[in-house]
Amino acid sequence: MSMSNDSMAIHTSANKQSFLRKNKLAIAPWLFLAPGLIMFILYVIAPIFQSIWISFFEWDGLSEKTWVGMANYHELFEDRDFYRSLKNNVIWLVMYMLAVPIGLFIALFLNQNVWGIRLYKSLFFFPFVISQVVVGLVFSWFYDPSNGIIALIYSLWDGKPPAILANEDYVTYGIIAAGLWPQIAYCMILFLTGLNNVSPDQVEAGRLDGAKGWRMLWHVILPQLRPATFIAVVVTVIGALRSFDLISIMTQGGPYGSSRVLAYYMYETALSEYGYRMGYGAAIAVILFLIMMVYISFLLWRMYQQEKSGG
Amino acid sequence: MFKHIAKTASAIAAASLLSAPALAGELVINYDGSDPAPKEAFSMVIGKFEEANPDITVKWNLFDHEGYKTSIRNFLTADAPDVAAWYAGNRMAPFVNAGLFDDVSDVWADNGLMDSMASTASSMTIDGKQWGVPYTYYQWGIYYRKDIFADLGIEVPTNWEDFLAACAKLKENDITPITIGTKYLWTAAGVFDYLNLRTNGYDVHNDLTAGKIKYTDDRIKNVFAKWAELVEPGYFIENHQAYSWQEALAPMVQGEAAMYVMGNFAVAPLREAGLTDDQLGFMQFPAITPGIPMAEEAPTDTFHIPANAKNKEDARKFLAFLASADVQTEVNKILGQLPANKNSEVADDPFIKAGFELLSNAAGLAQFYDRDAPAAMAKAGMEGFQEFMTKPERVDEILMRLDKVQEKVYK
Repeated sequence: MSMSNDSMAIHTSANKQSFLRKNKLAIAPWLFLAPGLIMFILYVIAPIFQSIWISFFEWDGLSEKTWVGMANYHELFEDRDFYRSLKNNVIWLVMYMLAVPIGLFIALFLNQNVWGIRLYKSLFFFPFVISQVVVGLVFSWFYDPSNGIIALIYSLWDGKPPAILANEDYVTYGIIAAGLWPQIAYCMILFLTGLNNVSPDQVEAGRLDGAKGWRMLWHVILPQLRPATFIAVVVTVIGALRSFDLISIMTQGGPYGSSRVLAYYMYETALSEYGYRMGYGAAIAVILFLIMMVYISFLLWRMYQQEKSGG
Repeated sequence: MFKHIAKTASAIAAASLLSAPALAGELVINYDGSDPAPKEAFSMVIGKFEEANPDITVKWNLFDHEGYKTSIRNFLTADAPDVAAWYAGNRMAPFVNAGLFDDVSDVWADNGLMDSMASTASSMTIDGKQWGVPYTYYQWGIYYRKDIFADLGIEVPTNWEDFLAACAKLKENDITPITIGTKYLWTAAGVFDYLNLRTNGYDVHNDLTAGKIKYTDDRIKNVFAKWAELVEPGYFIENHQAYSWQEALAPMVQGEAAMYVMGNFAVAPLREAGLTDDQLGFMQFPAITPGIPMAEEAPTDTFHIPANAKNKEDARKFLAFLASADVQTEVNKILGQLPANKNSEVADDPFIKAGFELLSNAAGLAQFYDRDAPAAMAKAGMEGFQEFMTKPERVDEILMRLDKVQEKVYK
């Protein structure tokens, strides 16, 4: 009697052990992933659905929510400020792409062995190290129509300086110029590291075949810089979408809302001093999310393709 | 043995003495006056309050003025202090309606504030109850360069024709008549409010901010027509959209601009920048429509008890203390502003005295466009004002847009 009891106990414990053992390979990765996954679901995935949910309500963040269905979206599609912000987003994306070729040419220029080149390289990289807030402040001083450097230059030949940040037509370009300064430096450093890996054999072979200048750049160097170019484009798109801090520092979206982008408009309607229309802000966030999804899906698809061919 | 008992007894006595303050209330106050003068004024108040109530320890959290406006929404719900600073009028309505401020009508009744604070009582009242206690307010008007006016032989204008003539004369002499910095929008609302108060009067201001009058109403169109008489000839400083209100002080200090429609808080920086009382003057905004009683802008700063406060008993003591005539005299002397309590003394300063006189004779006190109108309306309105000051020809488009916003905001 006691014997069979013991053997049963042994049997069940062996069973338990073997469940863990048997599935060790399946469970272990999930265990290791768990902390990251939980954080990701809690702080990234859940808020996305929360935002979508809130966008169907009228809510000031304090009182009760009222269900309004698609009303926020209807309002959005008639909202002049929404289209203006969207247009500015497009301008940002297009203009910011300038950082890639300019960064490339500075990198090519600096990619030589001269005494003290390291110092020049770090000086060119310097703007990327400065906080965006400082960049914004410095540029708004440049643009100051009474004492700024632009005003000084104009005063050399008695010209009337344009008030870049006060003009609805120039303001977005003025802020983009400020943003390009560090962004070019970033692209430059990416290309500089890329240039280190350009194989000298191929350059030598190209030279023997008589390639020089543009042809050498286009047919020999650039194809080898493809990974660097890809990363540069990715970080530039991200940089263009992150334009929030510069706008907040330099103009607060002004004059009369002409320099807002979608992210800033969302912040303004949902969270700023005169905002607190959470539902409307959430609706803007959802639209922004859908637009970014196009880009993110392309990125993921591209990386998947690369991994497939590379692996 | 006896010694031992005595020792223990004294130890207990000492311990209870030490713990006495900790047993009594701790009062947490959140305050947004991070500039030097408000900071000094407030630490003075707290010092006196603790002196008068030794059993209460005050813990105050000083906030940045702009940041406070967003953090108050968090701390009122999540971690409420016992007393919080805020503003009167429609600006406190969202918190009152959401049940986040305590009804303090009892403080008003117990301390006779209905009588001593009669001038600000209406701006603290919602649904027939009072929701906070005002401690200071200040006048708005036109600050101008006396010396420039004297040099050009310009008299202080009291009506619209004289005002336009003064502007024209200044402009002829290459001096910008009016400086303003509209980067943060609200300064333009000050000009709009005064033009509206003078063209149409106090009731129209209230009806407009309460959403009872459309922006395309002829009366409001008239206001913009008057405004255009200043904008179109270029009487406002150029590129005002790029300046904050402080940056726009510079042309006035340098003598390149002569007037500024502002609140009394502009006096301190103007003096610091080197203007003496012989150079700097204050005048009432001139009359536009003859016969309309002159109402003024006088934004009121206040203290409230959050509904979730832990120590409401001591908080009420603090509000009553702050409302008293003596304390308001002292606080406003440091702030350079006007006490809300009519039994307080006004500081011996030409601008404060002028303000006191102005507001005592006012036909009505408006808070300010962005405190009287709901936030979403104020934002759209002020952007419209800034756009109008840049592109006056777009006036019809702007007013129609504001009507649309109005429809949505006041449902």
